Amino acid sequence: MTAVTVGPTPLARLGRFMADNPLVPLILLLIGLVVVLQILQPGVVNSRWLANTIKVAIPLAMLAACQTLTMLTGGIDLSAGTVATISAFATATLTPLVGAPAAILIALSVALVIGLVNGFGVAICRVHPLIMTLGTALIASGCLLVYQRYVIATGTKIPDFLVWLGTGRTLGLPNGLVLFLPFAALVIWMQRRTGFGRLLYALGSNEAAARLSGVRSWQVLLSLYALSGAIAGLTGLLYLGVVKTPSLSLALPLDLPSVAAAVVGGTSIFGGRGGFGGTIIGALILTVLGTMLTLMQIPEGGRRILFGLIILAVTALYIRLTEQR
Amino acid sequence: MMRLLSKNSRTVGLAALLALLLVATKLIQPEFGASGLESLARAVLPFAFATVGMTIVVIAGGIDLSMAAMMAVASVTAAVLMEGASDGQAALAVLGVLLLGLVMGTINGTLIVLTRVPDIVVTLAMLFVWQGVALLILNAPGGGAAPWLREIVVGGVTLPGLPAGLTGWLPKAVVFLVLAVAVIWVPIRRSRLGLMLYAIGSDQLAAYRSGIPVGQTRIIAYALAGLFAALGGLSVTMGTGIGEPIPGPYLMASVAAVVLGGVVLGGGRGGIVGPVLAVFILRLVRMDLTLLSVDPNVTAIIEGTITVAVVMFGGLLAVRGMQK
Repeated sequence: MTAVTVGPTPLARLGRFMADNPLVPLILLLIGLVVVLQILQPGVVNSRWLANTIKVAIPLAMLAACQTLTMLTGGIDLSAGTVATISAFATATLTPLVGAPAAILIALSVALVIGLVNGFGVAICRVHPLIMTLGTALIASGCLLVYQRYVIATGTKIPDFLVWLGTGRTLGLPNGLVLFLPFAALVIWMQRRTGFGRLLYALGSNEAAARLSGVRSWQVLLSLYALSGAIAGLTGLLYLGVVKTPSLSLALPLDLPSVAAAVVGGTSIFGGRGGFGGTIIGALILTVLGTMLTLMQIPEGGRRILFGLIILAVTALYIRLTEQR
Repeated sequence: MMRLLSKNSRTVGLAALLALLLVATKLIQPEFGASGLESLARAVLPFAFATVGMTIVVIAGGIDLSMAAMMAVASVTAAVLMEGASDGQAALAVLGVLLLGLVMGTINGTLIVLTRVPDIVVTLAMLFVWQGVALLILNAPGGGAAPWLREIVVGGVTLPGLPAGLTGWLPKAVVFLVLAVAVIWVPIRRSRLGLMLYAIGSDQLAAYRSGIPVGQTRIIAYALAGLFAALGGLSVTMGTGIGEPIPGPYLMASVAAVVLGGVVLGGGRGGIVGPVLAVFILRLVRMDLTLLSVDPNVTAIIEGTITVAVVMFGGLLAVRGMQK
């Protein structure tokens, strides 16, 4: 009697491998994209391109941190782009009036307040995060329009160190890494090693079970969305330094790619699975993909279609792969 | 009579609120009359169609975040097809756009059923896809609308043989809305299909076990939403005369109207009259604020706040309901 062990199908094995080492296939995909880019336009991949790609990917990855953390609980933060825009615009317009430190402080507290409102709606009123954050984004952008008319005469000034952070380069690498590396380390440490991080995963996997084991879910969600607002505010500051011209729709184009970066990076939109490490790779993949689309001269409409389809395809694939187990 | 009243207490309440607001509008602006009513109805029309489409999907237990984006696709398609077209061609274009709406909705529904990804994620992804499609069709507002099409929604009703004063106060836009809903939704509501839509919304498993083809019914619900989105997009083009590729604020407004109108997010309960009344109320509040010469940006803030407050209040009620 030879016991024939029926092994899992190749697809299931791949699914298990991907679930265990989500970063490996992502990095392979990234390398593959870079190779394709090099073939499309030989010589485009060099150290200057690398520095530029990292520079563009950093704000995207930071904004995607909001999505990653909220998605771990099964939520989403669609107000992140608006919050980043508001924080950037407020900083640029308030700096000539009250000085850079105070302006930044005000900008970040506004971001925190919007995050708290989101948290209140999601945690206490149990509104679906998607609807809640979309609603606050609408209100907040209305407030921005009104605010803009009061400061239209004062002019704008971008603090020097933000420009240094956003566009400067040291030893061929963008200075944004000075902010980003500690930030990424902190987020990854928080999600893996702290109680708060575990609670996020617990809430996302099974909220009822988490609540029955004594988790006060509303406290977790409230602080999560406040944190998400604060991160978005910080991203706005950095992005202001990158773009150098404050506008009313500064970070809005990052809104959708930030969701895509988190989803591509392997964070499940249903919660309980994923992490910021994958999101960083996801942001890099999207940036490289963006370069490719620019090289192929795809219009804005085509880009949006592609991003939408990517989100859908990756999520559907994820469901397929995890259902096999 | 009393039973009918108490059964539809929400609708009656909303209608009373609407009447009260109309009186308030008259007090704010004594000249408010037929023309004011007409412009209100015309402004409400796209919102109302978005709300009707959203209501159907929500009743069937889903949500469609791509509503406004589909409207944008319909609006630009209509405007591009009708620019410089003859009357006959324009009529064909209208039919084509309605068909396009059905197709877009069917794609949404089919993707939801086939991929088994939750509707909220699929329609979020499709929101971007349809936005992209609208931008590819028309990069900036433009195109045109056939004059006879604009005639359908502009002005008051005039019937041959009756003096204009008798029917002139009734905006054509309202008649158009009522007719469209009556022709499309009422027969469905009365048929098996309507029952099936409510059934999958209130309990999908139970519906499945009673032999309802759940997947097909969901696809139909989204297809209907797509059809109403096409009507909404058409009415944008009809009202303004051009196609608008950037989606308006229809998504949030329709969700708020659905919640305010007594349709439970989660499905299975509510009707179509409540949300439509609610959307009129929300627009009338906006108009009153404009009449009170509140800054339009501030108006947008107030409107957004009302919307969010309504959704939050609805959420609180749902939480209370669960705990009981």
